[in-house]
Amino acid sequence: MTVKHSPLWEVFIRARNGVAHKHVGSVHAEDAEMALQAARDVYTRRGEGVSIWIVPTAQIVASDPHDKEAMFEPGENKPYRHPTFYEVPDEVGHM
Amino acid sequence: MAQADSKFVLRLADDHLILGQRLAEWCGHAPTLEEELSHANIGLDLLGQARNLFAYASQLLGGTDEDRLAFLRLEHEYKNVLLVEFPNEDFGYSVIRQLFFSAFMHPYWQALTSSADAELRAIAGQAVKEAAYHVRHSREWTLRLGDGTEESRQRVQTAVDDLWSFTGELFEVDDLYRQMMEAQVAPDPVSIAPTWRETVVATLEEATLQVPTETWMQTGGRVGRHTEALGHLLTELQYMQRAYPDMAW
Amino acid sequence: MYAQGLIGATAETRENEAFLEAFQQRIDAEEKIEPRDPMPAAYRKTLVRQIAQHAHSEIVGMLPEGNWITRAPTLRRKIALLAKVQDEGGHGLYLYAAAETLGVSREELVDQLLKGTAKYSSIFNYPALTWADIGAIGWLVDGAAIMNQIPLCRCSYGPYSRAMIRICKEESFHQRQGYEIMSVLAKGSDAQRRMAQDALNRFWWPSLMMFGPPDSSSKHSDKSMRWKIKRFTNDELRQKFVDATVPQAHHLGLEIPDSDLRWNEERGHWEFGELDWNEFWNVVKGNGPCNKQRLRQRRKAHAENAWVREAAAAHAQKRAERNRSAAS
Repeated sequence: MTVKHSPLWEVFIRARNGVAHKHVGSVHAEDAEMALQAARDVYTRRGEGVSIWIVPTAQIVASDPHDKEAMFEPGENKPYRHPTFYEVPDEVGHM
Repeated sequence: MAQADSKFVLRLADDHLILGQRLAEWCGHAPTLEEELSHANIGLDLLGQARNLFAYASQLLGGTDEDRLAFLRLEHEYKNVLLVEFPNEDFGYSVIRQLFFSAFMHPYWQALTSSADAELRAIAGQAVKEAAYHVRHSREWTLRLGDGTEESRQRVQTAVDDLWSFTGELFEVDDLYRQMMEAQVAPDPVSIAPTWRETVVATLEEATLQVPTETWMQTGGRVGRHTEALGHLLTELQYMQRAYPDMAW
Repeated sequence: MYAQGLIGATAETRENEAFLEAFQQRIDAEEKIEPRDPMPAAYRKTLVRQIAQHAHSEIVGMLPEGNWITRAPTLRRKIALLAKVQDEGGHGLYLYAAAETLGVSREELVDQLLKGTAKYSSIFNYPALTWADIGAIGWLVDGAAIMNQIPLCRCSYGPYSRAMIRICKEESFHQRQGYEIMSVLAKGSDAQRRMAQDALNRFWWPSLMMFGPPDSSSKHSDKSMRWKIKRFTNDELRQKFVDATVPQAHHLGLEIPDSDLRWNEERGHWEFGELDWNEFWNVVKGNGPCNKQRLRQRRKAHAENAWVREAAAAHAQKRAERNRSAAS
């Protein structure tokens, strides 16, 4: 039997009072509508979500783990981007 | 403010119990893992609605409970439409059976959200959302099976042709039903029919399937005259309650 | 990134000592390994095998309980059982998804299962003969599974650990459901009590066998422990399970079918009798009561529905072609 591959889709759900979509897993489906229904049937059975994004796995562009240092470390030593770097007199109140 | 007749509630309860049971039979036999979950979801929705309706019916009747009603009546005492007891011949039959049933139940539950019966209004509020999804799910599958391969088209056309004559029963009005309409508990099926036809015909046509022209319709479910399939279904459904009478589970 | 990109890729890594050393350091530091991270081929292979076996077990596991849904004795039990079996299907799905991040497709894995070349938990090769079996399966089989699964939430491979966290959250009602069923039966009529005791008699030893062969004869353990794919040994988990479950059985007023079972005050554990390892290896080899039946059912479902999957694929292709010509 020739094994035919049905497309894989990554599923992202935003919870009821959530702010961002979170990756929860994947589903197999032949097209977008069925992928959406599958995502709903598989990943929202416990009231987890109000919004679903599905993306064909093949379309995801990811950063290369090998480039971790070049991609991410420079951001780690720039404290001037963080509020704690700056002093604000107490009398001014919360900022 | 009016109250539904328990016999009317039981008809609806039976429709949902029997169809829920048919969907539960797909467990372990579905075409894909995703569909295992989808079918189970629909089955759970229907059984949940059945439970609400049996609970209400038992309240109206007094001196009984949801399980006595669901499990301990005889064949002719079940008043579901014949469509829902139709066996799972194949996935196509299941999809079409669902399409025909849900395309009716969605507008029907919608109408029941304005029923004069408060309990039915409450049950309908939840059920209408579930039914909307059932229509969507069965519609999409009808499209894929009808407009898929030549084999799938033939198979699902057979299902459409076989199940068509079971659709008329959904719209039947007898004396009991007329009473419910007069009490504004239940809607006139005549008002549901156009929506039903529109959904069904549009779906079948988009799926490149023929809409049957047969006008003769099966009947008998509402008076307890069933197909041979129901007896076997009830044998499984009732087994434990019959083999071990009057026990708690 | 995931399966579709890696299918057919050789995923070679230069596995010199420095590489393996660096990888081990990450593991020891409790870092999570993610799909595109460099990893030893043996790590990838072991994970695929373990995750796939786990996924297959969930799928086959739907069958013994699935066969009682239409006969559940009350509406409440019917609904709960359908939801439980649905969860099991879902767990299989999450696990196949996790395995796919390692470069194998779901279709390949399902193919291996249906061909009979893949293993799954042998507990599911035992039949569910009575309603009490549904209680015993939830209480003992899910109980044993939970013992295995909770440590896996801290497994080193990210997607597997996340799938396990999701599974463990959903699993909590499964065991409770089973125990509640047993409870009602044990407190019920004579016939119900006998049914419950009979189910316990048949499922006790197979549940203990779920933890696998004794540590002395398990061939995969060492590397799995070092790479934090496995966090406790078979015997450790088995003992933990017995210690947790014996008091539960006593609470039910049921007898565990082990004449060697006794409390060891010194060790602080319940000592139990020797498992029938012949039976264990026979069932693993394919000679259990239901091995052939389970696969036959899955094969049948797969084959009889091929036309449905083909239709969905054909429709998707037609749609894509229509969109292309509409766009041009």
